[in-house]
Amino acid sequence: MRNRSSLSLHIPQPKYRPGEKAEFSYVNVPKAGTVERPPSDAKAQNITSLAYSLIRVLDDEGNAVGSWDPKVNVEMLRKGLRAMMLTRAYDDRMYRAQRQGKISFYMKSTGEEATSAAYAFALERDDMCFPSYRQQGLLIARGYPVFEMMCQCYSNARDPVKGRQLPIMYSSRENGFFTISGNLGTQFPQAVGWAMASAYKGDDRIAAAWIGEGTTAEGDFHHALNFASIYRAPVILNVVNNQWAISSFQGIAGGEQATFAARAIGYGLPGLRVDGNDFLAVYAAAQWASERARANQGATLIELYTYRVEGHSTSDDPGRYRPADEGKSWPLGDPIERLKRHLIALGEWSEARHDALNTEMVELVRETQREVEAIGTMEGGARPPLGTMFEDVFKEVPWHLRRQREQAGG
Amino acid sequence: MPAMNMIQALNSALDAMLERDPNVLIFGEDVGYFGGVFRVTDGLQKKHGVTRCFDSPIGEAGIIGAAIGMSVYGLRPVVEIQFADYIYPGYDQIVSEMARIRYRSAGDFFVPITIRTPYGGGIFGGQTHSQSPEALFTHVAGLTTVIPSNPHDAKGLLISAIESDDPVIFLEPKRIYNGPFDGHHEKPVEPWPKHPMSEVPEGHYTIPLGKAAVVREGADVTVLVYGTMVHVALAAAKEAGVDAEVIDLRTLIPVDIGTIVASVEKTGRCVIAHEATLTSGFGAELCALVQEHCFYHLEAPIERVAGWDTPYPHIFEWDYFPGPKRVADAMRRAVEA
Ligand SMILES: Cc1ncc(C[n+]2csc(CCOP(=O)(O)OP(=O)(O)O)c2C)c(N)n1
Repeated sequence: MRNRSSLSLHIPQPKYRPGEKAEFSYVNVPKAGTVERPPSDAKAQNITSLAYSLIRVLDDEGNAVGSWDPKVNVEMLRKGLRAMMLTRAYDDRMYRAQRQGKISFYMKSTGEEATSAAYAFALERDDMCFPSYRQQGLLIARGYPVFEMMCQCYSNARDPVKGRQLPIMYSSRENGFFTISGNLGTQFPQAVGWAMASAYKGDDRIAAAWIGEGTTAEGDFHHALNFASIYRAPVILNVVNNQWAISSFQGIAGGEQATFAARAIGYGLPGLRVDGNDFLAVYAAAQWASERARANQGATLIELYTYRVEGHSTSDDPGRYRPADEGKSWPLGDPIERLKRHLIALGEWSEARHDALNTEMVELVRETQREVEAIGTMEGGARPPLGTMFEDVFKEVPWHLRRQREQAGG
Repeated sequence: MPAMNMIQALNSALDAMLERDPNVLIFGEDVGYFGGVFRVTDGLQKKHGVTRCFDSPIGEAGIIGAAIGMSVYGLRPVVEIQFADYIYPGYDQIVSEMARIRYRSAGDFFVPITIRTPYGGGIFGGQTHSQSPEALFTHVAGLTTVIPSNPHDAKGLLISAIESDDPVIFLEPKRIYNGPFDGHHEKPVEPWPKHPMSEVPEGHYTIPLGKAAVVREGADVTVLVYGTMVHVALAAAKEAGVDAEVIDLRTLIPVDIGTIVASVEKTGRCVIAHEATLTSGFGAELCALVQEHCFYHLEAPIERVAGWDTPYPHIFEWDYFPGPKRVADAMRRAVEA
C-alpha cells in the first residue's frame, strides 16, 4: 500500500475583507531610483529581475532619481499633469451624470491616470493604441475633444459611434485609439497583429495595448505574448495591475505565484514591473520599450502596478468585498499628487497654480457637459436617426436589413 | 410558500443542491465571496465553504474546460458565465468537447455540467450585455438548452439541469430577474411577489426538462415563446384582444413537440417570438417544425417576431427589443390572414 496523504484544494483569498483593517506591508516597495536601467537592447534572459522589482523614479520628496529618470522637459510634465487632471475631472462628472440617469453606465480610472496619460507622450502620434475600457486618459492626453467623448457617453446625435455602444466604448482612428470591445482581452493579440503589419510593410510605427491583470487569465493574453515573441512584433503590452477585477483580488488571476510582469519570462520577452502611480516611471518604461521595438528588437511586457481607487463601474459596490478604506493605505500614493509634488520640487509649479488648473479643468468639463446635454441625453433630445441602426452591419445594407429597417420605421 | 424573485429562486436551487450532493460545486467569475454580479450565488460560499463556491480567473475556456475535467472525476460542476455575451472564449470547450464527450467515447465518459449564464436585453447593456445566443447552442448536437421564465420554474429546472447526466446550457433572462417585465419599459415593473409563479417551495423539487408549459390557453393562435418573451406575449395577447394560446417552451432542446403540435392543430395559427436576431434564430427551427408537423392544419402563414439582424444597439434598445406592439401586430396578422 502506498502511504498517501490526502490532497486539498487551494482557493486564493485576499488579505482583507470588509470590516477588517487593510494595510499593504506585504507589498514590497523599493526606494525610488534603486532599480538599474539596462540598455534597451539587453537580452531578455539577462534582465529577468526587472519582472520582480519595481521601477520607480519619483521619491517621497518629489525628486526624480536613478537611472530610469527620463529627464523630460518641464513643458511635457505640465501637459501630463493637465491630462491626468482633466481625466479625473471628466470621470467625476460622468460618474455623476450616470447617477442622475443621464447616461446608462460609467467606469472611472481614478488613481490609474498615469498608466494611460504617460503613454501619449512616450509614443509617436501615429503609433496605434489598443486600449481596454479604462484608458480614457490616453484619448484625453492625445487631445481628443472631451466634447466627442461625452457625446459618446450620452449616445446622442453627435455620438461618433452613433449610439451603438455603451458609454466609455470610444473609437478614434484619427487619434490611434482602437474601438473598445466589451469582451475582455481581445485587443491584445490584435495589437500584436497590427505591429506585425507595420513590420511587414517596413514602416517604423509601433503598437501598444492595455489589459487588466484580471484579464491576463484569458487565452488572448497568452496568444498575444506568444505571437509577439515568435514574430518579434514591435508592440508594448501593458498589464494594468490595479489589484482588483470587479470583486476578485489579483490572486485569482494568478498573482500569488508570480508577478504579472514575470509572465514575459516564459515567452522570452522582457518584463518590466513599474510603479504605475509614478508618471515618470511609466513614461520611462514606455520609452525603453518603444526604443527597443523601434530597433526591431520586439515586444516588451510591462506591468503597471497601481490601485483601483473606485468601484469597478457604476454597477459595482466595492464595499461588499474589500475594506472601505483599503485605498487609503495604498503605498504608492496618487499619480496626480506625485507629479504635482515633483513640479513644485523643481520650482516649476505651486499649490496656487495647481488649484487654478483644477478649477479650469472642472469648468471645462462642466461647460462641455452643458453643450452636450443641450444636444441630447439618455432621457431625451436628439439621437442618431433610427435608420442608422441598420448601417455598418455590412459595408452595403443587404435586402433583409433594408426590409427590417422599413419594418422598424427607420 | 415563500415568494421569491428569480435570483432568490436560483439561489435556493443551488443551496438545495449543495446541501444534498457533496459532488455539486460552483465556480465562476465573482461568484464566491461577492456572490456574483447578479447576486445569484449570494451567501453560498459563507454557508457551504470556499471549496464549494469560489471565484475563478477571468477565462471562460478555462472555466468550462476545468468543469469538464471535474465532471469526468464525478463532480457536478455548476459554473457561471457572467454574461452570455462572454461565453464565446469557452465555445470550443462547449461545442467540440462538452457536447460530444458522451458520443465520441460511446458512453465511456459523460460530463454532467450545468453552465448558468444571464442573457437577453432590456437593461441598456449595449451589444456585450444583451445578446440572446440560444441558437448557437440549440444548433449543437449534445447540448440541452433551458430557459426559465419565472421563479418557480427557474428553481425546478435548475435542479433538473444539475441532476442531468448530460451537459445543460441554462440561460437566465436577466431582464426578469426582479420582476415579470412585459416589454412596457415606460411603466414600472411589478415585483415578482405579486405573480403566482413567485411561490417557490423550500428544498428540493424538479421541473422536468423537455416539457413546455401552456401559460395561457386560447383558441385563436398559438404563440411559442421563452424567457422574457413569455411575459411580452401575454401582454400582447391582452392588448391585441386575441385569444392566444401562449406556450412557454422552457426547454429548447429537446423541444416539447407534443405540446406544440397539439396547440397548433387546435388553433391553426402560429406566432413565434424571441429576442435573438431573426436569421437562423431558434424561431426558424420552430417554424420548420410547425410546418412539418402541422402543415395541413395551418390556416395562415407562420409569423416570426425577433430582434433585428444587427448587433444590439445601445440607444435603440426599445426599437430593437421585440416588444408587445410588434408581437400584438403579428398576432393580429396571423388571426386575420
Ligand atoms: C470575456 C469577458 N468575460 C467577462 C467579462 C465581465 N467583466 C467585465 S470587466 C471584468 C473584470 C476585469 O478586471 P481587470 O482585467 O482586472 O480590469 P479592471 O476592470 O480592473 O481594469 C469582468 C469579469 C467580460 N467583459 N468579458
